[in-house]
Amino acid sequence: MTTLNTAAGGKASSAPLMGKDAEPTIFELSQPGRSAYQLRTTGVPQWSAEELFDASLLSDHPVPLAEVSERDLVAHVTRLSHRQFSVDLGAYPLGSCTMKYNPKICDAVASMPGLAGVHPGAPASLTQGWLETFVSLERALCEVTGMAAATLQPAAGAAGELTGLLLMRAYHEANGDVRRRIIIPDSAHGTNPASVTLGGYEVTTIASDDRGCVDLAALKAALDTDVAGIMLTNPNTLGLFEEDIAEIAAALHNVGGLLYYDGANLNAIMGVVRPGDMGFDIVHMNLHKTFATPHGGGGPGAGPVAVSPRLVDFLPGPRAQEVAPGVYDWVKPPKSIGRVHGWHGNSLVLARALAYIEVHGGDGLRRVSERAVLNANWIRQRLSAKFDVAFDRPCMHEVVLSLAKLRKDHGVKALDMAKRIMEEGFHAPTVYFPLIVDEALMIEPTETESLQTLEALAQAFEVALDDALNNEQAVFAAPRTTPVGRVDEARAARTLVQTFDARG
Amino acid sequence: MADYLPHTNDELRSMLDFLGLSSTEELFNAVPEALRLARGLEIADGMNEPDVLSRFEERAKRNTARSDQMLCFAGSGAYDHELPPVVKALAGRSEFVTAYTPYQPEVAQGVLQAIFEFQTMIARIYGLPVSNASLYDGATALVEGVNLGVASSGSNRVVLSAGVHPHWRQVVATFARGTGHHLEVVPLIDGLTDFSAIEGTCGVIVVAQPNYLGGLEDLSAVRALCDRTGAIMVVAADPVASGVLKTPGSYGADVVVGEGQGFGTALSFGGPYLGLFACSIKEIRRLPGRIVGETVDVEGRRAYVTTLRTREQDIRREKASSNICSNQTLMAVAASIQLGWLGTEGFAEMALACARGTRYLANHLKGGSGATLLHPDLGVFRELAVRTVKPATQVVNEMAARGFLAGIAVSALTGGPDPSLSDDVLGHVLLVSVTERRTAKEIDDFAAALEEVAK
Repeated sequence: MTTLNTAAGGKASSAPLMGKDAEPTIFELSQPGRSAYQLRTTGVPQWSAEELFDASLLSDHPVPLAEVSERDLVAHVTRLSHRQFSVDLGAYPLGSCTMKYNPKICDAVASMPGLAGVHPGAPASLTQGWLETFVSLERALCEVTGMAAATLQPAAGAAGELTGLLLMRAYHEANGDVRRRIIIPDSAHGTNPASVTLGGYEVTTIASDDRGCVDLAALKAALDTDVAGIMLTNPNTLGLFEEDIAEIAAALHNVGGLLYYDGANLNAIMGVVRPGDMGFDIVHMNLHKTFATPHGGGGPGAGPVAVSPRLVDFLPGPRAQEVAPGVYDWVKPPKSIGRVHGWHGNSLVLARALAYIEVHGGDGLRRVSERAVLNANWIRQRLSAKFDVAFDRPCMHEVVLSLAKLRKDHGVKALDMAKRIMEEGFHAPTVYFPLIVDEALMIEPTETESLQTLEALAQAFEVALDDALNNEQAVFAAPRTTPVGRVDEARAARTLVQTFDARG
Repeated sequence: MADYLPHTNDELRSMLDFLGLSSTEELFNAVPEALRLARGLEIADGMNEPDVLSRFEERAKRNTARSDQMLCFAGSGAYDHELPPVVKALAGRSEFVTAYTPYQPEVAQGVLQAIFEFQTMIARIYGLPVSNASLYDGATALVEGVNLGVASSGSNRVVLSAGVHPHWRQVVATFARGTGHHLEVVPLIDGLTDFSAIEGTCGVIVVAQPNYLGGLEDLSAVRALCDRTGAIMVVAADPVASGVLKTPGSYGADVVVGEGQGFGTALSFGGPYLGLFACSIKEIRRLPGRIVGETVDVEGRRAYVTTLRTREQDIRREKASSNICSNQTLMAVAASIQLGWLGTEGFAEMALACARGTRYLANHLKGGSGATLLHPDLGVFRELAVRTVKPATQVVNEMAARGFLAGIAVSALTGGPDPSLSDDVLGHVLLVSVTERRTAKEIDDFAAALEEVAK
């Protein structure tokens, strides 16, 4: 296949670096008397602090920050950026994180002065463009998920989860129904059980069956009228579709429970199947994953929560709504659980998501999911000759390998392989998740990586495996091509240095 | 057909062949036929980028309250501070924008070190030894502060000053539905918190500095009250105020939370913002969210890594100290750059410039009749509570026609009666803010217009 002779666009092993020195902190670059700031000339009288405040309130010394020139600041931050892997640099097959390409148009939208320069407390009459943006996004997200209405306030997926659980609580309480338990499969993201506790519920964990899906018999045994609901990811964290979802939904609904859909894996199913049609009542979406908003090195995200008709009245508020054709206003749902964000949510992230949706359109979103699933299956098939695939059958958008045998026979762990793969010019896959797979390596290539990149990634896995089998020390020593080698995490926890001032 | 997909038709065919499939539909064989969407999504067809940009330009035009066209005198937790080109350029670097959470430290030293510098700066600004790597916003940071306080004190009695921003109090109340915390809101008297009715054991006491009406609270008295009642002292503090005023940590606060938007993030219609969280060393194992620590690599070179990870949700699951995973790292990186740009002197100068501008406006209002100071004797920093003869919401609308975003009507924040103000004045209080970006001429014009409009 000649196509594979084309160079791989997502392979970053050519990235140049100047040297192996550590970058000084900005505090070490600081020279007393140097400065970068320039503030507006206002003509306001130059009163002293003593003239403005009671002396007892005043600080007797300035807060020491740094004293650097603008040139040195730019050089410092630019060098920091060169010590950072990113989607823009190369493929980032981090399972469960959907690290797809982030279109630059979304940056352009988010920096428009007419969006970025708007105060959140300005009345609706002066912010109609923003309210229309919210309403348009809500409609699109409800269509993708098959839901009736949504709140855009939650700032990330975990905030969406907790919002969803508070919605469940409010719904049951409104029915005079006291329930204490939430069911979670053992393959779930850690945020799920953590959110359950904060929602005031107890976690009941159920095991997965030998196909990697919810064990229906175990689920049914756990169900009674004390169960407020279940939290599921579908496709689940193994990248497998829960084929029994209709029966699961019926079982929950039979005991009066609700179904919560963790939208972390929504990228697999857009335009193919919708959570609402599967029987879910509450859905959160990770806009920084599925809608590419992007992830910012750990955030910001956005975690809108969409619900079925019976939960609409409980949504956080106020919500932007079209109150007359082309006229938008804030409306508080009648039984609202209240605010879950200081203002309206991560608005610029929401605008980015709408831009992404408007570029793709409904057909484009389906194509996104098709290609995400195609790429994941291609890499699964390509790697399955030499690696053990956990629960080996066609996957959705991601695939989980188990290196348990490699560890047992050669002492090479999933973490070692992840570090070695990075030497080949790719970000590592996710390691040790989901927890139910021994020595898990979780690969999510996403739809924006080309066939050539997938092939190069597969070859990187094979190179790493070859070392694991024949040259173990090279794997244990990896990565050697990165700005720092393996980091002493135990020392970081043992001798805590959490600020520059905490240095011994 | 706009998209960012790389597959050629030949490649699509060869990939499906490789999988033994004849169509993309077969990729979804695991999805039961009955559940599949039989139609296309009812979302308009995709548009090319220039057309989408045009559509967003139209939306932007319908936001008349944009700060480049309407002078911003609104604050209440969101401020029109200087956002210099250098900070925009650096914080917009795609290495930061398109990275994920730094799970593999060897290829994430850039973000990790930037967060380490951020943590150092926030710890210094709040006068405490520990800061985390950010939370969603000020309101949700307060929720985490309350949760930490309850866990630390063992009491779920939470006393909140009515001087805490009304939205923040609303968010605390929402999440207390799940945790079951018992909330008591204590009123403001003449613009400052009246804690006199608080007796007995408390778990957490929360005070805002300055409070949302602009008044500067007596933090020494709050510390003494916390010592008497056994409460964890949580201060919701404006971080910019530390440029002139003593830090909350210097009064003995156990936890300080705040909104960091003023450091390098645009008004952004409320988000993404930056939740700040600092605490004492003894609370570090209850700290919500990520924290970066310094360490070394195998060759002894300085390196950074997320640490004390056993507090976090992916390891501790239902026993985690918080459920947070994604935070606001990019805003924290922007803040570290903005604070590096301001530097020691610029940080103090910016804070002082806010206070000067606010005093300058207050002086104008002292002689007024349509718009007057609600509490003329209170010390203020960057926020003024202005009493208006006309309802404050009406004043905002009429001032907009004159080119000013005049402030925030308190009634719009509280949505009803509130223990911070008596019912008869609540509808007539406008919160006005002056930052270092407002010139004397702008303030002169604003004060004159406000006096006319508010009558």
